[in-house]
Amino acid sequence: MNRITNILAMVLCLAVTSGSAAVLEHRLDNGMKVIVKQDRRAPIVVSQVWYKVGSSYEYGGLTGISHVLEHMMFKGTEKHPPGEFSRIIAANGGDENAFTGRDYTAYFQTLAKDRLPVAFELEADRMRNLLLLDEEFQKEVEVVKEERRMRTEDNPNSLTYEQFNTIAYEASPYRIPVIGWMSDLDALQVEDLRDWYRKWYAPNNATLVVVGDVDPQEVVKLAERYFGPLQPERVAQPKPRQEPLQRGMKQINVKAPARQPYLIMGYKTPVIGEADIEWEPYALELLAYVLDGGDSARLAQNLIRGSQVAADADADYSAFSRLPGMLLLDAVPTPGKSIEDLQVELKAQIIRLQEEPVGQEELERVRNQIIASKVYEKDSVFYQAMLIGQLETVGLDWRLADEYVEHLKQVTPEQIQQVARKYLVDDRLSVAVLDPLPLEGKTAHRQVPAGVRHDF
Amino acid sequence: MIFKRNFMIPILWCMLALSMPLSLSASPQIQTWQTANGAKVLFVPAPEIPMVDVRVVFDAGSARDGDKAGVTSFTNSLLSQGAGDWNAQQIAERLERVGANLELGSLRDMAWVSLRTLTEPAAMETALQTMAVVMARPVFAAEDVERERQSILASLLQDEQSPKSVAQKDLYHQVFGQHPYAEDPKGTRESVTRLQREDLISTHRRLYVAQNAIVAIVGAVERKQAEAIAEQITEGLPAGEHAPPLPDVPSLEQASEIKLAFPSTQAHLYIGQPGMKRGDEDYFPLYVGNHVLGGSGLVSLLSKEVREKRGLSYSVYSYFLPMRQTGIFMVGLQTKNAQANEALQVVNQTLRRFVEEGPTEDELKAAKQNITGGFPLRIASNSKIIEYLAVIGFYDLPLDYLATFSDKVEAVTSEQVRDAFQRRVHPDRMVTVLLGRLDQ
Repeated sequence: MNRITNILAMVLCLAVTSGSAAVLEHRLDNGMKVIVKQDRRAPIVVSQVWYKVGSSYEYGGLTGISHVLEHMMFKGTEKHPPGEFSRIIAANGGDENAFTGRDYTAYFQTLAKDRLPVAFELEADRMRNLLLLDEEFQKEVEVVKEERRMRTEDNPNSLTYEQFNTIAYEASPYRIPVIGWMSDLDALQVEDLRDWYRKWYAPNNATLVVVGDVDPQEVVKLAERYFGPLQPERVAQPKPRQEPLQRGMKQINVKAPARQPYLIMGYKTPVIGEADIEWEPYALELLAYVLDGGDSARLAQNLIRGSQVAADADADYSAFSRLPGMLLLDAVPTPGKSIEDLQVELKAQIIRLQEEPVGQEELERVRNQIIASKVYEKDSVFYQAMLIGQLETVGLDWRLADEYVEHLKQVTPEQIQQVARKYLVDDRLSVAVLDPLPLEGKTAHRQVPAGVRHDF
Repeated sequence: MIFKRNFMIPILWCMLALSMPLSLSASPQIQTWQTANGAKVLFVPAPEIPMVDVRVVFDAGSARDGDKAGVTSFTNSLLSQGAGDWNAQQIAERLERVGANLELGSLRDMAWVSLRTLTEPAAMETALQTMAVVMARPVFAAEDVERERQSILASLLQDEQSPKSVAQKDLYHQVFGQHPYAEDPKGTRESVTRLQREDLISTHRRLYVAQNAIVAIVGAVERKQAEAIAEQITEGLPAGEHAPPLPDVPSLEQASEIKLAFPSTQAHLYIGQPGMKRGDEDYFPLYVGNHVLGGSGLVSLLSKEVREKRGLSYSVYSYFLPMRQTGIFMVGLQTKNAQANEALQVVNQTLRRFVEEGPTEDELKAAKQNITGGFPLRIASNSKIIEYLAVIGFYDLPLDYLATFSDKVEAVTSEQVRDAFQRRVHPDRMVTVLLGRLDQ
């Protein structure tokens, strides 16, 4: 086993050094950071612009504004009327999209390698020159409300997760749903968006990440040409909004039409950058892998097989976020089993982590999976760009994407045990339970003859 | 895994993948041969990353269920739950110890077993050996069968609380009637409850055979190694026979409208009919035409009318899903209950107008630019290439299919699109499924 680990580690070193060697980092005079990673496997390029703004920058009454602004970024500048951005990218054979998270808003295009200037011209233009027309806003905010209905209101598990965050976090803005509360979307004004845009959309609050079959020096020159002339803005640091000490377990029950109950348990944990003890976030990453790093991991072995209380069970933890979050466990019971059964079994897994060190063989398996996944991730230029952009935008160094494995390899079984004892305790725990309400009338349907229209 | 639970919101909900063409500008050289027991192999070398993907596709999807709905999907999901001398835990440990990923899946036409492993020799050998045993010698232990049954039932219960799943399952029933494509690949709670261990064993014996398999390989291996891999993973399979032809899908005789009461804030609207096959003679005009109509995200006609002009829906799209026999053509959207009628009208008008008039020259040109200009993106990773290999092999598409795709797209005229849509898409004979609060 050790032999395999070592061989895998060597494979990884080769892959990683060859990758890192071709990364160029540069800061424009206006403060915009440019990171270019060469990857010549395919004649394509992905360009991503990451802004340091997301739902964790928002406050009461304006929730969801970062995401609505993301939608409006496709709605026109002086130079390019609404919809033209997408038409130009499409006409150049490109894929494009954007996404909003708690800590970032990002825009991307994937194109044949010679089309990069097309993306730069459009991105630079909308970084400072967005029109934010009221007429377009009025329609687009309705689209976003439909998105909220689809993703959250009509999805009982998402609804439960949204409620869960509101009880788990007190002061931390991670309590805010990325999509925003419906009433805040109802009350949002285009002027709010103009303020938000002015505040955060500036080159000195952005990171440009380019990965693909490009010459990094040329890309930097191109970035200078298109983004260089943009004026920087005074960007205020977000307020700390530090989460106060939790003083006991919290629980919420969510009633919604559903067929199956659902359980979420979250323990407050530190993250890299904020943690007092540097290795703790890495120990927590490994702990999550021990529970859920594949089909041989403990949740699958003991809850899905074994006692068979869970039809599905996951553990999640991310060391890379701007603010401290949680180690999350979530599970759906097997038909006939209860939420209480699930809780008992999940607690038993936590106690085991606290009481006995993880075995060497189990840990080797986890490490080998992580090492292999670092190799596999090179299959996607998009994912490589994601890692860089995300790390930079939460205030960490992109090199951490490669150093991460080294950090994980140094974690000991005792350290995993220590973080389990320190953080996986009831006083840090929040629990949400979905209580299904009936989906009445679901199957009542009737066939209507052709040509007859009924009100719906 | 690092960023597993990041809550992100892409602005487009990508239905495009379903109708994505097999497309290339400089297409990879596909090598092909047969294994000793008759499985067809397709191989593309990709030396850059020290890993290899291997996918074996069987003609063992739910179209082969017969009167036992869900049996092929159930069978597929049990392969890794016990095989040879190993139980589920041992199989998972063998693979994960060497960093390999094994995935199983099953839809209407295909069932597959996919492996991604490092090419480091000891790791690759363990991974391939495990894959071979999983395909050839699953145990179907009674205890595993019962556990997996509960897992499928749980998944079917999850479907019942999803408005999209409920509405789309109904659409398939209405569009395909008695055809095997009508049923959801997982089957129903009733059918899955009835399935017996013997049903799974006989399904495996009948369908998981070399003559019914396609092997696709992409990765950092030489041709000789690829040949050895193909032999190793198939040698435990009996030669067997290819599954028999599937029945034709009949056209719809008349329009129908189904209303489903569901306690959701949105109405879900799906309009469908039988669409086209893989290798269909109208494939290119229908594919390019649909790109204009509803297959190109925000710039499609449907998106312009429904989303951009009126703000009625977050996601609106249309697609053809070409299959062994005629697969579905569908238009879909969701909107708050009170707007369902308005959205339905806009969709119907847009669809009718497009069928009558076809695309404008500008629309056609934009679609071609997007499709052909985006070719390099479609084959930019091993995981994308192996998907295409599996499809080309499974549907017996010509090996130059990728190389000629651009030219065939360029050759499509607006008159051909109009003609193909008029012959193949019938707005007055489609199934409409509306799901939501009927009182609103």
